[in-house]
Amino acid sequence: MKQGTGERHTARRTALGFALLALALIALIFCNIIAGSTKLTVSEVFDGLFRPQSEFSAIVLHVRMVRIVPAILLGGALALSGFLLQTFFANPIAGPFTLGISSGAKLVLSVTMIAFLSRGVAVGSVMLIAASFVGAMLSMGFVLAISYKVRRMSMLIICGVMIGYICSAVTEFVIRFADDSNIVKLHDWAMGSFASIKWENVAVMAAVVIPAMIAAFFLSKPIGAYQLGEVYAENMGVNIRLFRIALILLSGVLSACVTAFAGPISFVGVAVPHLMRRLFRTAKPIVIIPACILGGAVFCLFCDLIARTAFAPNELSISSVTAVFGAPVVIFVMLRRQKEGAR
Amino acid sequence: MNDTYYISTEQMTVGYDGKPLIEHIDIGVRRGEILTLIGPNGSGKSTILKSMIRQLRLLAGTVVLDGRDMAAMKEREIAKKLAIVMTERIRAELMSCWDVAASGRYPYTGRLGILSKEDRAIVDGAIETVHAKDFADRPFSAISDGQRQRILLARAIAQQPEVIVLDEPTSFLDIKHKLELLDILKTMVRERRVAVIVSLHELDLAEKVSDRIVCIAHNRVDRCGAPEEIFSGDYIKSLYGIESGSYNALFGSIELPAVTGTPRVFVIGGGGSGVPVYRALQRAGIPFAAGVLPESDLDFPVAQALAAELFSVPAFAAIDPETERRAAERMREIGTVVCTVSAFGETNAANQRLAKAAGDGGLLVDAEAFIGEGGV
Repeated sequence: MKQGTGERHTARRTALGFALLALALIALIFCNIIAGSTKLTVSEVFDGLFRPQSEFSAIVLHVRMVRIVPAILLGGALALSGFLLQTFFANPIAGPFTLGISSGAKLVLSVTMIAFLSRGVAVGSVMLIAASFVGAMLSMGFVLAISYKVRRMSMLIICGVMIGYICSAVTEFVIRFADDSNIVKLHDWAMGSFASIKWENVAVMAAVVIPAMIAAFFLSKPIGAYQLGEVYAENMGVNIRLFRIALILLSGVLSACVTAFAGPISFVGVAVPHLMRRLFRTAKPIVIIPACILGGAVFCLFCDLIARTAFAPNELSISSVTAVFGAPVVIFVMLRRQKEGAR
Repeated sequence: MNDTYYISTEQMTVGYDGKPLIEHIDIGVRRGEILTLIGPNGSGKSTILKSMIRQLRLLAGTVVLDGRDMAAMKEREIAKKLAIVMTERIRAELMSCWDVAASGRYPYTGRLGILSKEDRAIVDGAIETVHAKDFADRPFSAISDGQRQRILLARAIAQQPEVIVLDEPTSFLDIKHKLELLDILKTMVRERRVAVIVSLHELDLAEKVSDRIVCIAHNRVDRCGAPEEIFSGDYIKSLYGIESGSYNALFGSIELPAVTGTPRVFVIGGGGSGVPVYRALQRAGIPFAAGVLPESDLDFPVAQALAAELFSVPAFAAIDPETERRAAERMREIGTVVCTVSAFGETNAANQRLAKAAGDGGLLVDAEAFIGEGGV
């Protein structure tokens, strides 16, 4: 009987958690539409949203929403990618940024963009994602090679951060060689921003990110098994080799897609999964995967709101805002681990 | 030859990185039977178990599970037949004990792993089997090693396997929990006719719980058989390469090496009364002589292991005059005597005479006081 009450308690907590996230998401979408250089009233927002011929339609759809939708999609993708990487490496502070994966994607992307733009060829969305994915996989390859040598979680992260620095340095170097006209655009992007995304990009982005999210959700059963360790997962009937490949590819695609459109965004991948585990008091992937998607969206909308409004009309890079809120969470996780004496 | 085995190895060679450690292993276990692997540290017990559950790649040979080559079976199929309890510490962040046990239902649930009512009942049953109901709701990371091991066993039980493989399940447990765990295993084997393969460090427990024992040493399966065959004579001593001290196969007890040298005290013992004094003398580092004991006496095996000199007569024999005379002589030479016997009868009448002679000669001392003063 004790079991029953425990479970009802969990179910209520889960429902409350999702309700909270959904409310926060709706509220933030609203704030993001209203806030900006042109302040809108509530009725103007509804006009803009639902009456295409209205004078506010342009600003709501083509200035505000075109930035909100990618923030939602990419925020969710980042957080989910972080969760998958944390599962894979059994390391609570693994994430696309801390493992140098975002920076690897950034490097290959910069090279590709400069190569194309200097010839006067525009780079399509698919091309962006492909180049970014190649870079992400290169970094991932390095991290994997290192992870076979070192078992300590802190060592792995240090190596990841180093890879990140090397890639960023090379990217800076490459950008120096770019044409003047490209520099500004590249530089903005290399700092991380949702500003330069267009509706065509959003369509491609959604076509990649949403199926990857669904695929990850359907992996929640083996992910749950894998959380107990490889040996037990295998005994439960998980094909470990296939499963590991799936995790790598999915987390790679998700973080590559983010980098391709918004540049490297720091700490979302580590902070959000951790906050979600605290909020829902569980690590069950069937709860945490949707929670990460929602939570990542909320986190990124919140940070983007601050990035746009804090020093308006000047805009902050999204990455510096996420770092301010995300990095303390990472420090907290590490300290708590230290206290528990785990590894 | 082994159609009755539920899981067996045929000419299996195991090792790491392509280097064979143990070659041509042929072992197997039937349903309703416990097969125990014993052997020194590093002999390869875990390697064999890990190879049998496909955690390590076989270097040669096959593992046959329920009549089929395991290498050709799907993970899910195996999962419904074979469960494990390994030594790896499992990571179970934010999972309750119940959740961990419920993970055993994995091979039976649907794509999203949602537990049905029936699954829940089975998990509850498994928790009950290992007497873990009291702490089922607690976080897995907050319970003791003994409780954790029970939950892992519950997990294996919830998997409803035909065979359970356990790698040193008793290693971190205290004596109470060791007994409990093995008792649960015994019950499982008796009632559900599962097959069990387990590696154990505790020889005394291995002897009592196993139906058959496989001894791993010197890079091979050194011996295989019923406990009676394995735990006889000096085999265990040679299996573990024991050079200092001894192992009593009958009682499953170990003794440290005897203190050698000229005996400083003669202990008249018998009927088990001598054992505590022998051990106390051994601890204090005082060489002693013991007598006179028939080989059937309870004190005899310990005296044999610990005494510098031992006066004994054949099993169930009365003490003959010649032995009595030699013992009396030695007693006088040593000059200090402890008598631990309080009841004398027909067979140890000679010991009574020895004790009386010692008392009359003023040689008799109190054991505790004697050892307390360092044996002088």
